[in-house]
Amino acid sequence: MAKRIDVSGLSAFYGNHKAIDDISMSVEPRSVTAFIGPSGCGKSTFLRTLNRMHEVTPGGRVEGKVLLDDEDLYGPGVDPVAVRRTVGMVFQRPNPFPTMSIFDNVAAGLRLNGTTKKSDLTDIVERSLKGANLWNEVKDRLNKPGSGLSGGQQQRLCIARAIAVEPQVLLMDEPCSALDPISTLAVEDLIGELKERFTIVIVTHNMQQAARVSDRTAFFNLSAVGQPGTLVEIDDTERIFSNPSVQATEDYISGRFG
Amino acid sequence: MSDVMTERQALAERPGGVSSLSLKQARLPRWTPAALALASAAIGCGIGLGAGLDSRIQWGLIAALVFVVATFVLSAAVEGARQAKDRLATGLVWMAFLLAVIPLASLLWETVVRGSKVLDGYFLSHSMGTLPDALPGGGIYHAIIGTLEQVGLATLIAAPLGLFTAIYLVEYGRGRLAKAVTFFVDVMTGIPSIVAGLFILSVWILILGFGPSGFAGSMALAILMVPVVVRSTEEMLKLVPNELREASLALGVPKWRTILKVVLPTSIGGITTGVMLAVARITGETAPVMLLVWGAKTINNNPFQDAQQSLPLYVFQQWQQGSEASYDRAWAAALVLIAFVMILNLVARGIARWKAPKTGR
Amino acid sequence: MTPSATATPDAAPPPAAAPDSAVSGKARRPGDRIFLGLSRGSGIALLVIMAAIAAFLTYRSVLAISGDHANFFTTLDWNATGTEPKFGIAVLAFGTVVSALIAMVIAVPVAVGIALFISHYAPRRLASPLGYVIDLLAAVPSIIYGLWGALFLVPHLGGLYGWLDDYLGWTGVFSYGGGAARSLFTVGILLAIMILPIVTSVSREVFLQAPRMHEEAALALGATRWEVIRMSVLPFGRSGIISASMLGLGRALGETMAVATVLSPSFLINTSLLDPGGGTFAQNIAAKFSEADTFGQDALIASGLVLFVITLLVNGAARLIIARRKEYS
Repeated sequence: MAKRIDVSGLSAFYGNHKAIDDISMSVEPRSVTAFIGPSGCGKSTFLRTLNRMHEVTPGGRVEGKVLLDDEDLYGPGVDPVAVRRTVGMVFQRPNPFPTMSIFDNVAAGLRLNGTTKKSDLTDIVERSLKGANLWNEVKDRLNKPGSGLSGGQQQRLCIARAIAVEPQVLLMDEPCSALDPISTLAVEDLIGELKERFTIVIVTHNMQQAARVSDRTAFFNLSAVGQPGTLVEIDDTERIFSNPSVQATEDYISGRFG
Repeated sequence: MSDVMTERQALAERPGGVSSLSLKQARLPRWTPAALALASAAIGCGIGLGAGLDSRIQWGLIAALVFVVATFVLSAAVEGARQAKDRLATGLVWMAFLLAVIPLASLLWETVVRGSKVLDGYFLSHSMGTLPDALPGGGIYHAIIGTLEQVGLATLIAAPLGLFTAIYLVEYGRGRLAKAVTFFVDVMTGIPSIVAGLFILSVWILILGFGPSGFAGSMALAILMVPVVVRSTEEMLKLVPNELREASLALGVPKWRTILKVVLPTSIGGITTGVMLAVARITGETAPVMLLVWGAKTINNNPFQDAQQSLPLYVFQQWQQGSEASYDRAWAAALVLIAFVMILNLVARGIARWKAPKTGR
Repeated sequence: MTPSATATPDAAPPPAAAPDSAVSGKARRPGDRIFLGLSRGSGIALLVIMAAIAAFLTYRSVLAISGDHANFFTTLDWNATGTEPKFGIAVLAFGTVVSALIAMVIAVPVAVGIALFISHYAPRRLASPLGYVIDLLAAVPSIIYGLWGALFLVPHLGGLYGWLDDYLGWTGVFSYGGGAARSLFTVGILLAIMILPIVTSVSREVFLQAPRMHEEAALALGATRWEVIRMSVLPFGRSGIISASMLGLGRALGETMAVATVLSPSFLINTSLLDPGGGTFAQNIAAKFSEADTFGQDALIASGLVLFVITLLVNGAARLIIARRKEYS
């Protein structure tokens, strides 16, 4: 089910502007890896290179390798559509399809991939909603529009939609930044459960959140505004927050900048 | 068709063409759509020539059909149904674009080529006078005068009316009256130009007993212009941030001076654009002018008395004459008309860009 | 939206000196009173004009219809002179509706295609100039489409019609007896070309506004470009497409000159759309006006009133559809 990610020498560009420079790291399967760092350091950009979403932004371009187990996502003949099906993503703002019901939202990815039998769909939708800890709240209104849910519920709906297609990896781009504390807690609990089944990478601005949910933490920084972002270090979360090996990491975590 | 076949074989034979790896998908090479398009065009021309079809439209239709079918079949065979659908959609979207470009480009091309034949200084500075329609010569001076006067008068009526109505709707309007006005502005937007002409005809000519005149046409044109001005001005006034109004009102400036000195200057660029686009639109209107201004062959500088000419009506009447010379004149007048409308549009959009609030796109 | 609602409280703390609350209609400053008067007067003037249009058209129409010696709605003839005038709008209604429908069937899919091309397919450097050109084309006067249609399009359609006749002639709808292609179908094609720019322009605006985040949601699920459009762009743009189409339909129904130049009119309802003949409301008014006496003009006004009512119904329907769709999103 879950796969490991090995990134080597990866740089990403917007047109001629280099957004991140020469990043290499590994992400372990069935674990949560958090990306932290000041705004503009390229952590979200980097996240989007892991499922080839970066290239859909106009002028977006990537150099380097991202190996999913042994397959290079940027290798010749690789279909970005298949990559995105294998590496799921949850966005900063909850974005359920407004014209679809809750059921159809979760089933959307399945339908794309050819699952059309009603009974199969019903099973998987139920399983995914349960997996996203949302089933009990919505089981009586599956045919209502997804936009009628609260923000936290919408975000969990998006998580259900992402895990319904059984991806190998789940990327989360600041999934809680638009949510209230209670919804945030619900999503954090969910992340803890999901890592049993998926490799999870989460970008967060909230260092307590990184400390709470992640097994490993990567710190990104940029030397100056306009310069590309770089990976400073990646280590076990405990070490990063107690005894980081780079001074800049400690400065950032103790709130001296950022 | 043959190169298509070999290509498919080549793909099928390529190791990993249908990959066992999950992320790899058999893809057609990048140049496939272009190659298919060329091949289809060749086939279309071939069939067209072979079967002796005399209409180029048929050739194009055959080529398009071949392209769509070939793309779908090839892609479905190599890449699977989802990719095939995606390619089909891409192909159809491109074709929609080409399909639309051809007539629209032809329209502009024909107008420019045929119109420039007799278009010169003489043509612009002379009227038809007593020239028989079948003979070459003559010009559009009287039509230009007529159009300028009619459109000018219409603007004088419609611009203030539309402007104040928009101010009412945005700055004052609440309650039933504003709702009714909004609703009827929408209704007015949908009035066919000939119906506006018939209305003025029934009141001004049939009931009040006036004869045809440029002014009668202006009134009909104004009816067509008002809703356009109201709509565009309304949009522009709504863009003015409320903070500006509040800042001014909080300083004790009366509301009317706030509107005049703060709101209108902020949005004047957009309002001007809207009015100019509306002017461009009514300049090309023919039907009401035909009913109310009638058209004339000689210069009539007085828009309040007797029939006048106008550019679009001139085009129509010259076309009706049906001689080579009059066709030439029709095209030339059409070119002048199109140039006038285009320039008005370009200038209007230029103003919009220049004066645009520096936010958003 | 109404600024005064928020402006009133902080505009004038002591209520006695609150001349700014002109909203209430009790402006005390002369400047305010004049300005409000002008604005409200303009609004009322519009209402009066609309009422006058309805009233006068109806009045002249009643004069005409009461003098009609045949059924105004079903008669297949237009003879509004002499002592026993007989005229009816059946042919005109048929021709107007059929030609506008043909135009819609051709123009709407193509326009949506072009709009998608500009918003989602074209290379970015091409996209915005293209949008600009389309907006410009929407301003080309209809008489020029008419001229082009009569002198360029009509001669090029004969071959196509012969071909359609060969393969689809058995349906009756597409039989073609040869001759100049001055038929309702040609009118439909020309109207389609004419309304393409405006329908495209409005649809493109809407597609460009489709929220990026829903497109990304679809992409992240592994959707192809077409699937992204089907899942997030088209549902979002549906009401926009409908209102764009209705705008185009309104223009097609009321178009005068492009039809008058292309159609070879007759007062017959032709089963074949390719054979010349038929007529539309606006075209008939343009064609019959110059030789009509006062009663004849009244008869034409009556037909114009029917056209007016039809366009009103179309616009009303469009607005209803849009209002209903709004509740969903």
